[in-house]
Amino acid sequence: MEKIYDVIILGAGAAGLSAGIYTSRGKLDTLILSEGVTGGQMVLTNEIANYPGVEMIKGYELADIMKRQAKSFGCTLKANVKIVDYRLTEEIKEVELEDGRVFRAKAVILTPGGKPRSLNITGEKEFEGRGISYCATCDADFFRDKRLIVVGGGNSALEEAVTLTHFASQVTIVHQFDHFQAFAYAVEEASRNPKISFIMESELRAYEGNGTLQRVQIEHLKTGELTHLDTDGVFVFIGYIPNTAAFKGLVAMNERSEIVVDETMKTNLPGVFAAGDCVAKRYRQVTTAVSDGTIAALSAIEYIRSK
Amino acid sequence: MKYLRTNIQEIETAAELQKIINENENVMVCCGRMGPMCIPVYEIMEELEEEYDNVKFYSMAFDSPESNVIRSAPECRGFMGLPFTMYYKDGKVAKATTSIQSMPQVKANLDEYLS
Repeated sequence: MEKIYDVIILGAGAAGLSAGIYTSRGKLDTLILSEGVTGGQMVLTNEIANYPGVEMIKGYELADIMKRQAKSFGCTLKANVKIVDYRLTEEIKEVELEDGRVFRAKAVILTPGGKPRSLNITGEKEFEGRGISYCATCDADFFRDKRLIVVGGGNSALEEAVTLTHFASQVTIVHQFDHFQAFAYAVEEASRNPKISFIMESELRAYEGNGTLQRVQIEHLKTGELTHLDTDGVFVFIGYIPNTAAFKGLVAMNERSEIVVDETMKTNLPGVFAAGDCVAKRYRQVTTAVSDGTIAALSAIEYIRSK
Repeated sequence: MKYLRTNIQEIETAAELQKIINENENVMVCCGRMGPMCIPVYEIMEELEEEYDNVKFYSMAFDSPESNVIRSAPECRGFMGLPFTMYYKDGKVAKATTSIQSMPQVKANLDEYLS
């Protein structure tokens, strides 16, 4: 007889690992399958300063602790797998991997998280790692005394632009609107920085260069005028998109492709729960993902025990 | 001195790297930091160690002076994203990549260059 897990958790970020800690500690036979890196966006965060009970911790360290906690309670974790099919409507749910393996469970918790949004313009693939970056912490020191562009208008964009001025000779922020979404403190700090200039109501249309990035094409959205700006690097901080494409048509979503759940993290399908950045909600923090994952796990435990 | 907290064996000196690539037909080395673009590659390498038993997997700290041998390699010219990942075949660089790589990208390189 083929093994049937109690719960399969799809995703190993803060929500997925929290859910795994709770279900495995609740003595449910739990499998976490992750198409990405264990820790999700926690790993993409250099330092986390607002996780209650922990004064300051590297994102990867917090992720590593959560992973070890989940495993210590008996949770099985398989990362970097490729999932090709989900069958979630029947009582026993099935998840099929690219290598043909099929995993079965009584309940599923969807925690696929989100991924950094890219511009999806000409030259993107060619210049990733050769001038285009999504991580100032990682790559800033390749751009000492160079000219940089930061794309975006949220907190991340403005805060990282200020960080990048410690390395670069000048930083130009390109933003699509005539105002920023960032908090006032971040806007003020960037505005005060003599190395930072702004190009508003504009979007990048193409990356150009020869081996490495040398310039970008920019369109002014009001006038449609196309110009070129020489640069040595572009850092893109334009938010995240939920990793829910694979669940389209399977579970109910809103117009932003976020999974719709109730207050107990139930989706519209019996035995299918969702948590973390993939669900429709206002705030996305490590703490809210942990909360969602906990609730989803407790709901899954209740669902299985009621059967 | 070890800098990286991963389950991949860390090479500490240029001499050690040279010895390893001389003594092994297929070697993959991820040269990075404990950062968001590097950690996923270390984890992928951990996952693949069993599947690719013909390949030796190592890490090397980007900030160690000893890793200059990778940082200044001709194959890494123009690289501006961590990690620098090297694929060595018969003691020579067969492929080098910059910035984060996905599991399919790493497997494609292993299959094409270190088979």
